[in-house]
Amino acid sequence: MEIFGIPLQAMMSQLLLGLVNGSFYAMLSLGLAVIFGLLNVINFAHGALYMMGAFFAWMGLTYFGLNYWVMLVAAPLLVGGFGMIVEKTMLRWLYKLDHLYGLLLTFGITLMLEGLFRSFYGVSGQPYSVPEQLAGATDLGFMVLPNYRAWVVVASLVVCFVTWFVIEKTKLGAYLRAGTENPKLVEAFGINVPLMVTLTYGFGVALAAFAGVLAAPVIQVSPLMGSNLIITVFAVVVIGGMGSILGSIVTGLALGIVEGLTRVFYPEASATVVFIIMAIVLMIRPAGLFGKEK
Amino acid sequence: MMNKKIGYAIVFAALLAAPFVVYPVFLMKLLCFVLFACAFNLLIGFTGLLSFGHAAFFGSAGYIAGYCLTKLGLPTEVGLILGTLAGALIGLAMGSLAIRRQGIYFTMITLALAQMLYFVCLQAKFTGGEDGLQGVPRGKLLGMFNLENDLLMYYVVMAIVVSGFALIARIVHSPFGQVLKAIKENEPRAISLGYDVDRYKLLAFVLSAALSGLAGATKTLVLGFETLTDVHWTMSGLVVLMTLVGGLGTIVGPIVGAIIIIALENKLGEFGNLIANVTTIDWFRSLGESVTIVTGLIFIVCVLAFRRGIVGEIAARFKKSTAP
Repeated sequence: MEIFGIPLQAMMSQLLLGLVNGSFYAMLSLGLAVIFGLLNVINFAHGALYMMGAFFAWMGLTYFGLNYWVMLVAAPLLVGGFGMIVEKTMLRWLYKLDHLYGLLLTFGITLMLEGLFRSFYGVSGQPYSVPEQLAGATDLGFMVLPNYRAWVVVASLVVCFVTWFVIEKTKLGAYLRAGTENPKLVEAFGINVPLMVTLTYGFGVALAAFAGVLAAPVIQVSPLMGSNLIITVFAVVVIGGMGSILGSIVTGLALGIVEGLTRVFYPEASATVVFIIMAIVLMIRPAGLFGKEK
Repeated sequence: MMNKKIGYAIVFAALLAAPFVVYPVFLMKLLCFVLFACAFNLLIGFTGLLSFGHAAFFGSAGYIAGYCLTKLGLPTEVGLILGTLAGALIGLAMGSLAIRRQGIYFTMITLALAQMLYFVCLQAKFTGGEDGLQGVPRGKLLGMFNLENDLLMYYVVMAIVVSGFALIARIVHSPFGQVLKAIKENEPRAISLGYDVDRYKLLAFVLSAALSGLAGATKTLVLGFETLTDVHWTMSGLVVLMTLVGGLGTIVGPIVGAIIIIALENKLGEFGNLIANVTTIDWFRSLGESVTIVTGLIFIVCVLAFRRGIVGEIAARFKKSTAP
């Protein structure tokens, strides 16, 4: 069976790959949006922390024999802890200044983290094998579905949905949204806003690390895996606008799929398609698809 | 005012004498980065727009100039002019998209568009992909003077950079520059005063891009090659760092910053060996290859403790001591 001269099998597998990439975009842009909402900081280090998550998974297995499932929980906790230290010791001092300083600081952190991992592991990727429970593939009749990729999509969708649910539907989320609107007033109600800010940053970067662990078996673990991704995620964020949680999830997934389709029909453009879409969106709807016009 | 003139005269004399003391090619590379940082500062320091995509202008101008000289055999001057024009045109395209959003979004858009250009340079045929353009000839100035002579080339580069710098200083002090400053300080107020803020921003963006292009084209000419490094986002970050270290919004800050950062990049390996000898920790020997760790650290220190930069900090001290 063929669609537009492309075998269905090839198309479905590229679509799935696009969906996998899209779930990474979704998780990372979700984390960026949550952090930006409360801290007013664009976390450039998000990509580096994603890389750190993947590396922790690899290091856990290589040095301590800790398997994928342990690290899937442990790596986000470690990276989240690291993020909270960064927030407490550095980011905290920049809230009253122009937003740009937050970006510059996290950019510096990115360079340091990348440089450190590079000085120990070089630029070549470290292979990380798929956990045995998820090895192999399922034949769905019209396509062969690699189990691990399906797991990545499902796991990230669940995590994204839970995040959305917590922020939009629970009391904790209400505090968070109130803190975004008016931190002073929320503090007056007796809520420890600085603690909330620290935890939010920790959660946001833990999300990035979780994505990193999920990515480890799909792409090779390398110190440079985060920086290219984060720039694409920035484009995703510009397209979707950071105003809405659900918006960033949907935009991330959709762009992943578009990228996958581009890889089928016009491979040369697959690296640039997201940026082209960003340019078009900026021309038609400068505030972004889910952004609010000022 | 008198002091300033004497200062400029001393710097000019030092520039004239420098190639007899320091290796000229290194000096020329330094001067190109000085112009690049000054051009960048025109945007961040005097208009308040943080672009994270200036590598796009710097690098693509280098590619265009290199291509014109190597493959098309055009004269040197034409190559430089076309490179600068390429920078300006890309600046026009990127700028008109980016100024549609403010603040942090502006920065992300420039970064993303520059990344797109990086992928284009990676895949396009004329850039030579991963190998880059090699063996770019310097040619002859006005068809007469052979630029393969490093000393002559140095004075040409110096003339380019000094005029570029003079142009930037002129722009900053012109009525146009004052409007840019007004936009930086209070954009809504500038709008309410009737200024077409977007047009001013775009013009500043294009000027900055064109001058960055000039710097990039000149650098290709000096070194004789152009690679993907110059269009990569790390280059955009490097120029931000130069300006930040020197002092955002000061005229001479970026010059100081560029000198420090480029010297650091070149000498870090030796410095690392020195520390390794003193502390007997072998890891420091690899410091030369891990420049990014050090640049990252400088970024963090600058942002946390040193936001005015070297020149800004000195100027602030000076003001305090002379204030009544």
